[in-house]
Amino acid sequence: MKRIISILLENEPGALSRVVGLFSQRGYNIDTLTVAPTEDKTLSRLTLTTHGDDKIIEQITKQLNKLIDVVKVMDLTEGPHIERELMLLKVKAGGAQRAEVKRCVDIFRGQIVDVSPSGYTVQVTGNSEKLDAFIASLPEGDIVEVVRSGVSGLSRGEKSLRL
Amino acid sequence: MELLSGGDILIRALHDAGIKHLWGYPGGAALHIYDAIFRQDKVNHILVRHEQAAVHAADAYARVTGEVGAVLVTSGPGATNAITGIATAYMDSIPLVVISGQVTQDKIGDDAFQETDMIGVSRPIVKHSYLVKRQEDIAETIAKAFYVASTGRPGPVVVDIPKDVTDPNVKVAYKFPEKVKIRSYQPTTKGHSGQIKRAVKQLLAAKKPMIYAGGGVIMANASEQLRELARLLNYPVTNTLMGLGSYPGSDRQFLGMLGMHGTFESNTAMHHADVILAVGARFDDRVTNTPSKFCPNATIIHIDIDPTSISKTVMADIPIVGSCEVVLADMIEQIKESGKKPDSEALAAWWEQIEEWRSRHGLYTAPRHGPSGGDIIKPQDVIKMLHKVTEGKAYVTSDVGQHQMFAAQYYLFDNPRQWVNSGGLGTMGFGLPAAMGAKMAFPQSDVACVTGEGSIQMCIQELSSLTQHQLPVKIINLNNQALGMVKQWQDMQYGSRYSHILYEDSLPDFVKLAEAYGHVGMKVKRYEDLEAAMRECFAMKDRTVFMDIYVDPSEHVYPMHVAPNGSMRDLWLSKTERT
Ligand SMILES: Cc1ncc(C[n+]2csc(CCOP(=O)(O)OP(=O)(O)O)c2C)c(N)n1
Ligand SMILES: [Mg+2]
Repeated sequence: MKRIISILLENEPGALSRVVGLFSQRGYNIDTLTVAPTEDKTLSRLTLTTHGDDKIIEQITKQLNKLIDVVKVMDLTEGPHIERELMLLKVKAGGAQRAEVKRCVDIFRGQIVDVSPSGYTVQVTGNSEKLDAFIASLPEGDIVEVVRSGVSGLSRGEKSLRL
Repeated sequence: MELLSGGDILIRALHDAGIKHLWGYPGGAALHIYDAIFRQDKVNHILVRHEQAAVHAADAYARVTGEVGAVLVTSGPGATNAITGIATAYMDSIPLVVISGQVTQDKIGDDAFQETDMIGVSRPIVKHSYLVKRQEDIAETIAKAFYVASTGRPGPVVVDIPKDVTDPNVKVAYKFPEKVKIRSYQPTTKGHSGQIKRAVKQLLAAKKPMIYAGGGVIMANASEQLRELARLLNYPVTNTLMGLGSYPGSDRQFLGMLGMHGTFESNTAMHHADVILAVGARFDDRVTNTPSKFCPNATIIHIDIDPTSISKTVMADIPIVGSCEVVLADMIEQIKESGKKPDSEALAAWWEQIEEWRSRHGLYTAPRHGPSGGDIIKPQDVIKMLHKVTEGKAYVTSDVGQHQMFAAQYYLFDNPRQWVNSGGLGTMGFGLPAAMGAKMAFPQSDVACVTGEGSIQMCIQELSSLTQHQLPVKIINLNNQALGMVKQWQDMQYGSRYSHILYEDSLPDFVKLAEAYGHVGMKVKRYEDLEAAMRECFAMKDRTVFMDIYVDPSEHVYPMHVAPNGSMRDLWLSKTERT
């Protein structure tokens, strides 16, 4: 099952490599990874998605907590949460296709952020499944390139991950 | 405030952190530091012959004293040579601070001469690591490194220091922090009281209890609590390879080591137990055999300071995160307060069963090997003789192989920190430098390195350091003229096809070799000469003696778990007999 793990990390050189290294060293999977500093410059917030059974996920969170640079760890998927991913996508859109692609973008509440005679650059945000569905909705072979930010997330309500 | 260079600050900080001995080897990136060592006399630097040995020696020093060991190496090859030692310490949770020189910061990343990314290379085998970028940060980093290394589940910490940071021309104020606080690191010591209550209830209700104690008990200085609890309840105790000495080896309640080469009685009792109190042990694959067949009837209580050790391979029914010392003390108190006693009838029946197992196939009651005599010397008998001659009081270090298992099985360790071996990584070459470290800690005690002719050659160069630093140790070389443990596996699983485990008459004359380094060499080939020779060896208090003892090359280590797919009680008891 897919899990979203949120980590508060000391903003120290090498801290990220310890997290990533842990996953490869112990044979866990990282499906997506995003990281950036927070409003507190000494801290980074890292969100990663992984999959595995409960036993593996328990080990992953314990092992992450054991890293000295890790301040806090939370498995967002344990409770209600908000999940977002941003995708930028270049798609062929010439002639008759142009309107068809535009319609798809509208349905998925995407935005056309750049235009060229032969195509569009589209921005779509949402959970990963929505982005997958958008890709699937475009005619096969028309996608030129795709870049996805990886999942970011927060828990809903009062619950928070902070110092 | 006093102004000091980075090199001086480093040495001063090591001293303020409590370091007496620094094991090391110089080189370009560490030269400023070595110059700082030259102008002081507070920290005693010990020059070794290979960086691996520096780490093993510091590691053993930490194991026997309970203090933090310290190492200094240069960048590049000095740092990479230290890696095996660091990995060894990491696997056995030994507190170490390893300082490595690094190229100057302006050269980092340029593939400069003797540049290795030490932080990167060591990352998977350290508890934590630091790259020090400013003189002002040295003292605090050293204080943090010692704090991290020695608290929680201990482990090695690397401190990488670029050469410009120790520049003698740049001086800054020195201040060693009185207290260290790391907001992202707060190890738990006290166990959850509700869990402890549940555990005590479960423990008192047991009909077939076992106490399974590992190296964590020794690391936490909890041997006393372990003994008190075991005696209070009259429950049987087994130790892991790393836990030997935490409970007295010669005690009636001790069933011997468990695991792959553990005793029949402890492995069998574990298999049939209904409640297992695992304390400071981590259900290693060398203990459990096939995890799915591990102790099918047992409720497992698991005390460990490291949450990742709990339910990693075997699910714990009652997990307790905390220091073994504190948690065991709490349990003892609760048991005493409750006034409750274990089920004496069930316990008597359990002990009766255990005694029957013990008399049937016990390591110490029903010999697992043939007799020694004439030119046949059984390796097991050498260990028994070592125990007799040293009255069970020596610090025993070992290398890795059959000799290590014989030492673990037959030298009945009565005290914690007496047995020093590389259990987790299984590092051949550990024994001799480890003996050096133990002797530095306890110059008045006998230190014996039980080794094999294979292992001893992996750090043999340290015979020279022993001479220089006057650290007389006794090397007990169980010479079976083969990589015996590998040979045993080739016998058992590969139709005795001896692939590359023999030396074809290339072994050195160890007597002459020892003499070349200024030591005493002895060769023993007849069993009748063994006792006198060993007594003579240990009588030479101020000499390192290399006893080259020719043991029966056909001997195997038994018992041995049947694998794959065996449970704990599935054991080979001899070459032909199994449970
Ligand atoms: C550095 C290292 N290399 C290889 C091994 C694998 N290994 C384990 S035991 C052993 C044989 C050891 O031979 P020896 O020291 O003579 O001991 P014996 O088993 O003969 O008593 C080997 C090669 C190891 N443990 N460590
Ligand atoms: Mg050998």
